[in-house]
Amino acid sequence: MEPYPKAYLYKRIVQAKMLMDERFTEPIDGDLISGEAAFSHSHFIRLFKQVYGVVPRVYLSNLRIDHAKQLLEAGSAVADACLSAGFQSIPTFTRAFKRRTGHTPAVYRELSGVRDRHKQAEPLEHIPSCYASWLGWPQKGDPG
Amino acid sequence: MIARITHVSVYVLDQDRALEFYVQKLGFKKHTDIPMHGGGRWLTVTPPEQPELEVALMPTAPWGPWSTENAAAMRALVQQGMFGFAAFKCKDVRATYEELHVKGVEFTMPPTQQPFGIIAVLKDDSGNTFSLSELEPKKVKP
Repeated sequence: MEPYPKAYLYKRIVQAKMLMDERFTEPIDGDLISGEAAFSHSHFIRLFKQVYGVVPRVYLSNLRIDHAKQLLEAGSAVADACLSAGFQSIPTFTRAFKRRTGHTPAVYRELSGVRDRHKQAEPLEHIPSCYASWLGWPQKGDPG
Repeated sequence: MIARITHVSVYVLDQDRALEFYVQKLGFKKHTDIPMHGGGRWLTVTPPEQPELEVALMPTAPWGPWSTENAAAMRALVQQGMFGFAAFKCKDVRATYEELHVKGVEFTMPPTQQPFGIIAVLKDDSGNTFSLSELEPKKVKP
């Protein structure tokens, strides 16, 4: 017996979502994953949005952008991040990236580099002072 | 006047394993990972849609103010599932349950309809328990 009503619907929608999670770097179309879920195209898009709040195409784009952010934070070039994240062209990537983050990929890369260098140089400025002092990590201005 | 919470702590048995669990299974994002001189590691993750709240994955090990005895006691309590201080919100509990179940996350309560909405309870890899409920609960009509 199913644990709750329409559990089979959830299983199929979740299966399609997890497929995107695993294969987002490949040239797949989020709205065409309906075959994986064994739904009609429009039914799939409607149910997916009901469960995840966005249509599959947007979900997939967000996955790719989030992955590109990680690559840019690790120092990848913009073109490499674009292709590795599954985007087919840099202009498409740049538009989608700016829409989601508010920055172009190049600016985001620069800002995250500055932040990372600061974390390395001044780690205690990234840890609340209450934690740092409790854990015995001296703050600026502490004696000795 | 207090405005908001920026950091909370979760005590874990193994920081590397906990990081993998929170990122790979729960979908959290790694925020800060700084090895500290004199021992210790400052490791935080953020909920997928709440980047301003850092969850510090604190080790149950003898470091900082933790004596060997206290750390062992804390470790035993975490392992026994004596801590469960957080409530997670999601868009759809049943879908989240299906996904996490497939990923091998242990649930002590599957999605269950309550008068105030659907809830489920999961355990992290250390034994800490967390409830899952919906952002916009679907209430049962009286």
